[in-house]
Amino acid sequence: MIEALYARAHRFVRRILSRPRIDLPLAFGLFVLALTGLVTLYSAGDGNLALVAGQAGRFVLGGALLLLVSRIPPPVLRGWTPWLYAGSTALLLVVAVLGEGRGSIRWLDLGIMRFQPSELLKLTMPMMVAWYLHPRQLPPGWKDIVVAGLLIAVPAGLIAEQPDLGTAVLVAAAGAFALFLSGMAWWRIGLLVGAVAGMVPVGWHFLHQYQRDRVLTLLNPESDPLGNGWHIIQSQIAVGSGGVFGKGWLHSTQSRLDFLPEHTTDFIFAVFSEEFGLVGVIALVALYAFIIGRCLWIAMEARDTYSRLLAGAIGMSFFVYVFVNGGMVAGMLPVVGVPLPLISYGGTSAVSLLTGFGVLMSIHANRKMHL
Amino acid sequence: MKPRRSIKDPRGESLLFRRRALAGFVLIVLCLCLLVGRFVFLQVMHHDEFVTRSQANRVKPRAIPPARGLIYDRNGVLLADNVPAFRLEVVPEQVKDMPALLERLGQVVPLDPGDLDAFRKQLKQSRRFESVPLKLHLTEDEIARFAVNRWRFPGVDVVPYLTRRYPLRGLFAHVVGYVGRIDADDLERLDPKRYQGTSHVGRSGIERSYENILHGTPGYELLEVNADGRTQRVLETHAPTPGRNLYLSLDVRLQKAAEAAFEGRPGAAVAIDPRNGQVLAMVSVPSFDPNLFVNGIGQADYAALTNDPDKPLYNRALRGVYPPGSTVKPLIGLAGLETGMRTPQDTVVSTGVFYIPGQQRGYRDDQRGGVGRVDLVGAIEQSVNTYFYKLALDMGIDRFSAYMGKFGFGRPTGIDLVGESSGVLPSREWKAANFRQPWYPGETVIAGIGQGYWAVTPLQLGHAIATFAGHGVPYAPRLAMATQGGVNAAPQPLANPPSGPSVIRKPADWDVVNQGMQQVIYGARGTGRQLGVGFPYLMAGKSGTAERFSRRSEAYDTNRSTEYLATRHRAWFVAYAPADNPQIAVAAILESGAWGASAAGPIVRTILDTWLASHGGEIADAKRLSVSAAPLPPIARNAPPDAGVEDSEPVEDLPAPATSSGGTP
Repeated sequence: MIEALYARAHRFVRRILSRPRIDLPLAFGLFVLALTGLVTLYSAGDGNLALVAGQAGRFVLGGALLLLVSRIPPPVLRGWTPWLYAGSTALLLVVAVLGEGRGSIRWLDLGIMRFQPSELLKLTMPMMVAWYLHPRQLPPGWKDIVVAGLLIAVPAGLIAEQPDLGTAVLVAAAGAFALFLSGMAWWRIGLLVGAVAGMVPVGWHFLHQYQRDRVLTLLNPESDPLGNGWHIIQSQIAVGSGGVFGKGWLHSTQSRLDFLPEHTTDFIFAVFSEEFGLVGVIALVALYAFIIGRCLWIAMEARDTYSRLLAGAIGMSFFVYVFVNGGMVAGMLPVVGVPLPLISYGGTSAVSLLTGFGVLMSIHANRKMHL
Repeated sequence: MKPRRSIKDPRGESLLFRRRALAGFVLIVLCLCLLVGRFVFLQVMHHDEFVTRSQANRVKPRAIPPARGLIYDRNGVLLADNVPAFRLEVVPEQVKDMPALLERLGQVVPLDPGDLDAFRKQLKQSRRFESVPLKLHLTEDEIARFAVNRWRFPGVDVVPYLTRRYPLRGLFAHVVGYVGRIDADDLERLDPKRYQGTSHVGRSGIERSYENILHGTPGYELLEVNADGRTQRVLETHAPTPGRNLYLSLDVRLQKAAEAAFEGRPGAAVAIDPRNGQVLAMVSVPSFDPNLFVNGIGQADYAALTNDPDKPLYNRALRGVYPPGSTVKPLIGLAGLETGMRTPQDTVVSTGVFYIPGQQRGYRDDQRGGVGRVDLVGAIEQSVNTYFYKLALDMGIDRFSAYMGKFGFGRPTGIDLVGESSGVLPSREWKAANFRQPWYPGETVIAGIGQGYWAVTPLQLGHAIATFAGHGVPYAPRLAMATQGGVNAAPQPLANPPSGPSVIRKPADWDVVNQGMQQVIYGARGTGRQLGVGFPYLMAGKSGTAERFSRRSEAYDTNRSTEYLATRHRAWFVAYAPADNPQIAVAAILESGAWGASAAGPIVRTILDTWLASHGGEIADAKRLSVSAAPLPPIARNAPPDAGVEDSEPVEDLPAPATSSGGTP
């Protein structure tokens, strides 16, 4: 019995390894990105090899999950979708009730490891919206838009309540992109965007004081010399002093002299810009654009509505990471805890991102065949 | 039916998606171009400026924590002070291998597990470039040894700071409280900006409830650093705003006298000014040295405190709950007058035993055979149980608890301290909520003498007596009297308006009960006859002796020695003075006292004497007694000396609900 199971598992693993169902251009893009991340991390972490090794280990784990998930056919995934969504939302509720964390409540202690349920929703959210829109008449009417909007708003609201505004934005964006890709009429989009813009002054009242401070600090960094204002100024000095060609690898002075805070995590892009300059920035942004473009390409080739919407939403939400983190480092957007994908040090986001790309690989493997 | 709506058009959808994906990609590329544009702006257009700033970037900010506000008593005696001290701090970012560093550092400066634990917790919470305190309050020896070895420990520094000292040690431990090292739980609730550089936060007592006033606002300095990050000089200093000083209404002299009067026996006392709710003294005996907690208490010291059978850490005044016994009888008598159930002239015959009509169970008076016919004043003077048994039964529990609730029983008094107990005011609702049982008349009877479910804290009883003494105008007890923005600034009083209108409707009712409470001190048969001797102003009071256990053996009836009774009784005494214009109200409990008046009475008298002395022996607007007229010589009754100050006792145990229900008609 056990032997039979073992043999089955063995066959499964061998099949994954011998005939990986992966899209080579996308895999290549991710590989180059991860490599860039490790190289930058080595410099930002003051040559701490343990840090780099830890991150490499997470990439290996994430890669394994990517291969595993790529074997799950999209229809099976679609069948699981409502349960996965309900489960992860329920976990959010559990966190809200008894979670533990400091200042903000995001973590669930499982005894062995601490676990952040909001990370799951980055994936289950676009899955759910895609699942809901899959059997409907597209483009969606107001009724479907409202239902999808509720599916997005409930978990995003719970996450914002924790409070973790960065993740809430990412999760909400993932769902909204699925809705956008489903062909929601432009005039409806315009109307909604206008309504949201009108709600901004109201939303301001619901922000925590520290979140308001972050926005105000962006407008006037000198007002907060001990906190985020200092981060914004130091980050811009790092970026600006890098110039066109940069100071060269291992030669960033800002992070070396501890002027740049969080320089291995949220502000690693500043170290990258200081060392590799505008040329490096353009190359990195182009690499991100390539990955996003490839995701959308896979989405267009997909066989059904569910796969299309899911693949497209995952690809487009990847963009949000890059834009929010880059904007923060360049002093364009307020300081929120959004990492630079696959470059910033930190486990959960690397693993969950790679798992998401596993879904894309599976969709690619089950694409329409042009005979 | 519209079949067209339900048929999907896969080909059309695919095309639609293709258009959308393209549009989305174009938008994304535009946004990324915007982002790159921003980088061009910084890296090309403003490159020179940022290069200059990067080269000149030798300035780092550092937070300067504010000095904590001082705490004084009402006369300016210092209760909590700041003294300079040194601590070890570690900057995590500059340490390559933390466990090894702590290991090596431990050989130079002893680090106990408590320090390491707190350090590791805070390490997880703080940013890598912010320094984290490792060991507080270094001795000179430790500083010297670290200074010699300093080169071995990059990232570790000796930093001066201000630490808290409580010069009067245990005297105010339960009121002023203490500060403690900031730990992981504190970091969750504190504003990180206000607490940058601060290592301590108010942990209990006034230090905790007035944390916001005492803490202040941090400042910062801009430091010039060299290429290794070492500080070269201070460029700019933005001074912190120190916390405001706090004046408490307590008087050190009263506090000292009150504590001394307990002679180390467990108990508590509270003195309140009935005119404004200011707390003049608040002691819980035994106490502890709060200085032990400031820089982290050692395990041995802590174990000694927690294993002490007298529980010195337990704030009896605020949290200890005891049955009030006869001390609440004057208020119950007042309830009878105010609700119109009794007139001052109504009398009751005390025969020694009281029966609920139609029931067999007897409720005893403390004197065999009773005291005969008494009115309200006499009933308070001699603490006649029968009068109050009958009054409570006639009022019924609902009216009873509604009226007594006005004096603050059964809920927190609202004092400016954290962690107050609510106690229990017997009521139908309380019993239903806690026992899911109906109310029995026998329980009303014993509630009438402050027994049964009753539970009050010394603070609650002091608050109730102060409310009565102040002609029924309730004030939430207040410890903080004024704040001060600097040593030379004028203190700004903190307002404490009455928490409601007077709870007494007719002034005449107050007069009658006041007269009864004066008779306790001055009456021929008053239970507190000796207590007024030599006090030059009119006193009013009431004793109370509450039972700690149910009576199970006959020993109680035969063994009447003081030592034996002290193990069974809790002794209460409440008083206020001057009775014609009350300015201080006191409640004291001795956890093991034989009788209220003889055991707790002298403690109250000591507090009153000290209070009088603190006013120079003269009280304004009160009648001064000629000393010879004040005391009445104790009148010998046909009773043993102990019984001379004997208090009322219910002779029966709590009626068991099962049998009582059988007796309920």
